[in-house]
Amino acid sequence: MHDHSSFDGHRWHDMGGTDAGPVPQDGHDFSLWEKRVDALMVLCSGAGLFTVDGLRRVLEDMGEQAFETMTYYERWIAAINQNLIEAGTYTSAELAARMAEVAARGPTYGEAQQP
Amino acid sequence: MPHDHDHDHDHDHDHDHDHDHDHDHDHDHLSPSGHPYRKDDDHPITYWQTMEIAIRELLEDKGVLTADQIARQIDAMDRRSPANGAAVVARAWTDPAFRDRLLANGSAATREMGFDIGPLHLVAVENTQTVHNVVVCTLCSCYPRNLLGLPPDWYKSRAYRSRTVREPRAVLAEFGVTLPDSTTVRVHDSTADMRYIVIPARPAGTDGWTPDRLAALVTRDSMIGTGLALSAL
Repeated sequence: MHDHSSFDGHRWHDMGGTDAGPVPQDGHDFSLWEKRVDALMVLCSGAGLFTVDGLRRVLEDMGEQAFETMTYYERWIAAINQNLIEAGTYTSAELAARMAEVAARGPTYGEAQQP
Repeated sequence: MPHDHDHDHDHDHDHDHDHDHDHDHDHDHLSPSGHPYRKDDDHPITYWQTMEIAIRELLEDKGVLTADQIARQIDAMDRRSPANGAAVVARAWTDPAFRDRLLANGSAATREMGFDIGPLHLVAVENTQTVHNVVVCTLCSCYPRNLLGLPPDWYKSRAYRSRTVREPRAVLAEFGVTLPDSTTVRVHDSTADMRYIVIPARPAGTDGWTPDRLAALVTRDSMIGTGLALSAL
């Protein structure tokens, strides 16, 4: 991680040239929920609600802690959400209400889908 | 602090193989590509998965998107694979006029082959006997996804993003690519608007091969620059 004792002119996401260990070679196949997040980004930007720059702005502003603790598509859905609220597509209150409704449907991703 | 948190590596750890169910779970096995399945439907839902469902439903309810559009977009992304890029490379190897057009304007040349590469600028860079190209995105993880499909996890890792511009030969060696000192290594740092694809060097002993046969030698990594085209043997 960055040495945070002073600002060196690079924000955290500007990683080129910093020290790091071996490149991890393991991978995973994308799950349905990850593919849905990817599709939401493509379709919402295609619909003109926000741009890839808007996505990146939020990802970068989340800071390094989010990079270290959240998965790639977790960060993406958070960034998509921020952009959609800013675009006025829905309000944070609407999101909160819908998330509560979703969570009440069942304990797994499959069971939490709309009946 | 571990260095590799950007890729979704926790699939190795989050499967509880001792849980109570005694029936087989698909995710207990490796996928056809040899990777573990990621936790999904039958694990406790996460906060972010809950948010994804809620956002998707709000977008549908408000008439912004339809469920059909989302399903079609997922299908379209699933259909994109390195085979698309391999077809472009094989054509460049066998059609000198196309190669010239590809190097002059990667976006236009790949669209000419019928690939939907979206609004991004695609730049093709060619490996030769003396030059080896490799692609990275130090700022995020920009990748020619419309041509190659979604990027591998390592492409998004801190280690690859950090080190490729500083010690490309060491990174390439980790991928099994060891280049002579006389080879010039060019590292291309992508942006959101400009993506690169490497045209690997055509393997020896492939004179007269058809584009289809050649395309089978073109790996995903060879088009990122972390690999070479397969040999003809």
